[in-house]
Amino acid sequence: MTEQSTAPRPQRRPPEQRETRIVSARSSVWRRLETLWSDRELVTHLSRTDIKVKYKNSALGLVWSLVSPLMQLAIYYFVFQVVLKNGVPDFVIFLFAGLMVWNFFQGSITTSTGIIVERSGIVKKVSFPREILPLSAVGAQVVYFVMQLIPMAAFLLIVGVNPDWSLAWLLFPALAALLVMASALSVLFSALNVKARDMKHLVEIAMMAWFWLTPIVYSFEYQLSKQLHNLHLTWLYLANPMTPIVLTFQRVFYPHVQIVNTRTGALETIQPTWPATTYALLDVAVLVVGAALFVGAVSVFGRLEGNFAEEL
Amino acid sequence: MGVPAVEVQGVSKTFRLYHERRASLKERFVHPGRSTYTDLVALDDVEFAVGAGETVGIIGRNGSGKSTLLKCICGVLQPTSGQVLVRGSLSGLLELGAGFQIELSGRDNVYLNGAMLGLSRRDVDRVFDDIVAFSELEQFIDTQVKFYSSGMYVRLGFAVAVNVDPDVLVIDEVLAVGDEQFQAKCLERIRTFQEEGRTILFVSHNADQVRTICDRAVVLDDGKMLADATPGEAVRVFRERLGDLPADDALGAPNRQLRAVRTAEILGVDVVGGASLHTSDPLRLRIGVRAKEPTRVGLVFEIHRLNGVLLCRTDPDAPSAIVEVPGKECVLTVDLGRFEVLDGAFQMNVGLVGPHGTAIYDWKECAASIDVTYEGRASGMLAVTPVVAVEPGHDD
Repeated sequence: MTEQSTAPRPQRRPPEQRETRIVSARSSVWRRLETLWSDRELVTHLSRTDIKVKYKNSALGLVWSLVSPLMQLAIYYFVFQVVLKNGVPDFVIFLFAGLMVWNFFQGSITTSTGIIVERSGIVKKVSFPREILPLSAVGAQVVYFVMQLIPMAAFLLIVGVNPDWSLAWLLFPALAALLVMASALSVLFSALNVKARDMKHLVEIAMMAWFWLTPIVYSFEYQLSKQLHNLHLTWLYLANPMTPIVLTFQRVFYPHVQIVNTRTGALETIQPTWPATTYALLDVAVLVVGAALFVGAVSVFGRLEGNFAEEL
Repeated sequence: MGVPAVEVQGVSKTFRLYHERRASLKERFVHPGRSTYTDLVALDDVEFAVGAGETVGIIGRNGSGKSTLLKCICGVLQPTSGQVLVRGSLSGLLELGAGFQIELSGRDNVYLNGAMLGLSRRDVDRVFDDIVAFSELEQFIDTQVKFYSSGMYVRLGFAVAVNVDPDVLVIDEVLAVGDEQFQAKCLERIRTFQEEGRTILFVSHNADQVRTICDRAVVLDDGKMLADATPGEAVRVFRERLGDLPADDALGAPNRQLRAVRTAEILGVDVVGGASLHTSDPLRLRIGVRAKEPTRVGLVFEIHRLNGVLLCRTDPDAPSAIVEVPGKECVLTVDLGRFEVLDGAFQMNVGLVGPHGTAIYDWKECAASIDVTYEGRASGMLAVTPVVAVEPGHDD
């Protein structure tokens, strides 16, 4: 009787030469960031899948992602320009520049807050860095953000406004700050929501308040900031990380710092008269704070992650 | 053993079971302070290592911590204390097709699942055809997964997991699904993996599978490691443990509601005339049995080759296997007929069960070993002696 074949086994790399992965209760933040970076391809993959699934079997596909922002734009335009007669010329550009930024921020945070709970199926069964789920939600929002550049371009052409191209470079620090800040909060809230499910509702309400605290539908140089300025509290306004980003976008796309009010005929300053460097510095400050927050969020995420599979 | 591929170092996992879940902030405010909970120790200081190229089985009853252990190894759960070291890439089959998006096509899901297992798009491109071929889903690969049957779903999941070239493969009872032909295919793939020197961790309820596939087995019970031994020994420890406890998933035993009752026990098993036989010798056993009260018992015999291949498991409900034993010690003689196998070493397990599989009274793993010598020139496993005669043919 022949025993089992003893053919020589093809050589695999011996274990001591392979990459070692450690599963334990505590893993350092830097190690987590390292794994996140090495798995970045999965973020784009999951973002693409998200979008694909969302618009599968719909005739208009991605175009639907524009419907809600445009509706929002139409409503705010109607209320502030037509009903309240704020008298800002070419208001649609000013408004949409801020709304684009806000939609990205709000979209990222609200969709990622619930994402770990929604995807409990894979969280419980497949091993990958969990932070990738909220980050992929942010990734999907990047696509929607880019989509919004199409109506933005259309508005610029129709209204006949030229963006301030000399300041266009400011968009880079602003975008980086926006991306990092949104990612940090997304990662943080997605983890907290597993522990306390009402995080999701809390975040929705907080976002509503945050929207009105950010100069999007009204201009920065308005009553609120004047009063704060008199009290030497302008920094408090700028402490809202969204303010510098929104201001930068408005400054680039809406080239008028001073306008002639179409209703009263008065000369008004509606944007800060800062030099470009101030904008850049503020954006970089948000970027730095955002990056620190991101590291903190990943650390919190790591602490809570151990219980995910149990809490879901 | 050189540097192990997987090291489980003092891993414990405690689950906190809340008696009333407080998953919302409101409830935390309304009922502040302590919420009542009990700690459930799912794993208690488990420690073992798996060498490169080794196949290790994990057996245990339901709730013994097998799946928790696998999840810790895969990194889905983090141990409460201790750590797991995995050297090389790992592909975990905790649930087949777990990462699938049902709205997407099979093709998209292969890429998605591959990405989750850490493969780049180009890596998946390279093995894509193999995956499709293995899953036998050529015609349906561009169909949305939601239209797949559960069998197709599982096939695609397995195909992806085994084609991503992992150093370590972790399998959690997934072989229990799929039709027999596909199961055979999976087992064959596992064999290839073994030949390629990959490391496999394998959870199974099936003692035969563990014996056939694994080099070693770890027995878990109540989160503690009872044994880390050869498959035969591990299965013996496991079955002994089952004998003491309500058997909810008795390995290989008749698949019915089983109660372990020590009404009767096996004292010893002897092979009549010694354990060295020649092919076609009659195989007779003498079994010492002690019963507390007169009992009807059925006897079940399993004969294995040393490498774990099961030759037969007899039916304890067959009328000739049932006997009434008196309420004291007695000796049963068993005639197993002629042992028509070619040479080799064999092991026999003997079980004493209640009628219609209602109870396992006793189970002796490796109750007897048999050596068979064969002097003829036939090869294979069975001793078949053809007797040939000539008959006149038809003239038409």
